[in-house]
Amino acid sequence: MMKIAVLIKQVPGSESPLSIADSNVWLDEEKVAYIMNESDNYALEEALLLKEGTQDCEVVVVSLGPERVKKIIREGLAKGADRGMHLNINSNDVTDPLSIAKIFADALKSENFDLILSGLQSDDLGHGQTGIIIGELLKMSTGSLAVSTKLDGDQIAIKQEMEAGFFQNVRMSLPASITIQSGLNTPRYPSLKGIMGAKKKEIKTLDIDSSDQKLKISKLYLPSSSNEITMIDGSPDQIVENLVKVFKSEIKI
Amino acid sequence: MNILVVLEDNNGAIHRMSLEAIVAAQKISSKLKSEITVLAMGRNAEALALEASKYELNEILKINSSSLYSYSSDGYATAIEQIILEQDFKYVFFGHTYQVRDYVPKISAKLMRPFLADNIKMSISSGSIEFTKQTFNAKLLADIQTSDSGLYLVSFQSASFSSDNLKPGYSKIKKIDITIDETQIKNTYDEPFQESAGGVDLTSADIIVSVGRGIGEADNISIAKDLALALGGQLSSSRPVVDAGWLSPDHQVGSSGQSVSPKLYLALGISGAIQHVVGMKGSKNIVAINKDPEAPIFEIANYGIVGDIFEIVPKLIESLK
Repeated sequence: MMKIAVLIKQVPGSESPLSIADSNVWLDEEKVAYIMNESDNYALEEALLLKEGTQDCEVVVVSLGPERVKKIIREGLAKGADRGMHLNINSNDVTDPLSIAKIFADALKSENFDLILSGLQSDDLGHGQTGIIIGELLKMSTGSLAVSTKLDGDQIAIKQEMEAGFFQNVRMSLPASITIQSGLNTPRYPSLKGIMGAKKKEIKTLDIDSSDQKLKISKLYLPSSSNEITMIDGSPDQIVENLVKVFKSEIKI
Repeated sequence: MNILVVLEDNNGAIHRMSLEAIVAAQKISSKLKSEITVLAMGRNAEALALEASKYELNEILKINSSSLYSYSSDGYATAIEQIILEQDFKYVFFGHTYQVRDYVPKISAKLMRPFLADNIKMSISSGSIEFTKQTFNAKLLADIQTSDSGLYLVSFQSASFSSDNLKPGYSKIKKIDITIDETQIKNTYDEPFQESAGGVDLTSADIIVSVGRGIGEADNISIAKDLALALGGQLSSSRPVVDAGWLSPDHQVGSSGQSVSPKLYLALGISGAIQHVVGMKGSKNIVAINKDPEAPIFEIANYGIVGDIFEIVPKLIESLK
């Protein structure tokens, strides 16, 4: 059987208020509206598509965090994942990607997944490396920024996004851990049947102790706008006249 | 507090973001007397090392290994791991390129040392250096402590430092041999390709006229094209314009497109999402025209016009003729 893990993270939605807690190192979580991280949602859809194209395939959604993250695990189950794993950690301050990857690697090791998919980066801290570190710790092949995936026997081929509009086809043996770029598919919405069915699916909880960390946020704060901008206003004709002056005498083109 | 800077190859020249990482290392060196070593590897190691020898550095290491002629994440991670294990570095600096995102996490796992990615600033004090990164889609900043005594892998966002500030010097090149176990290279890579033929090279343009979602529809692209022509510049765009199919992907500026630093970047109807801004904030002069006075593009522009591009641009073309 082909076993695919999808690592999903619960993060503040793009419209969520972000008020900083009194500690100045994290958010006041009471006020946050959480969603499934955008690129993780695409990774989940990619796993479900692979499952649909493969005989005998299981998709497991895995999330690390406090009790609240069960919401996105259930969302994953409602969309079609077969079971969930909740790596239950009380503390919110494990923000070090290496420590986080170690927790995942330890928890996933005995499952022997053929494929681990995750979003290329989280929309909260954006370290963009956890999936690759997990793959390396588990001695898997790794690939990043996939904009398409194709299973081929005991191998997977991905199209990897590169800089400056370039792409590269990369082929690797399973087991592999691959990070997924947003936009490569159209994530589905859970059906009513899916939502009902999800209630019967298993969510295994593993309690995690806070580990030691080598990186810590010492301060979280709003950027101060130090930009000095010269506004050019007036009627369209005046704007154009002044803009041409700026081009000639200030920017010197 | 010795620093290693890893050079990325950009068709035989040092990648601009690697040069910016050297600037960061030189800043630390001037305050704390750190020694800077740079590492050149890959097919063009010789050319990269020669280019680096013009800058003020303590040493340039050049790896000769045919196993590194073409990129592989396993090969690169293994090579750099070996260099790190042989010498006593406190920091290893990289530009936060796509390639770095692909292989540096593997070094982090091999050494069990943290990779502090995509920083935009640092503050230097005698004990340690504090790095600052954007979080929550650039809505908040986070200062990150690097408090223990071991090594840290650190990458910097494009244009966090300016390569104009590179200190010239004369540095010696040392050849080193390393052995890579090729059976450890798990992936096979085809040649990189572009989706559309022709390819617009924006990176060397002095003047760029760039369009965003505010251009409205495909037919309106022509006024931006005419303006680029009148200014003698290139036309580019943000991602939504490419996603809509109004311009080919090689026009795209931003994190998944090209990074540019022209003398003039004229942004037409571009809101200024972070994914776009990382690709153009190194421009010498940014002029933004947008209907929305709250558009984030005005937070980084040098000159701002709140107005309708369809009213202003035709008049501007007329007056430039």
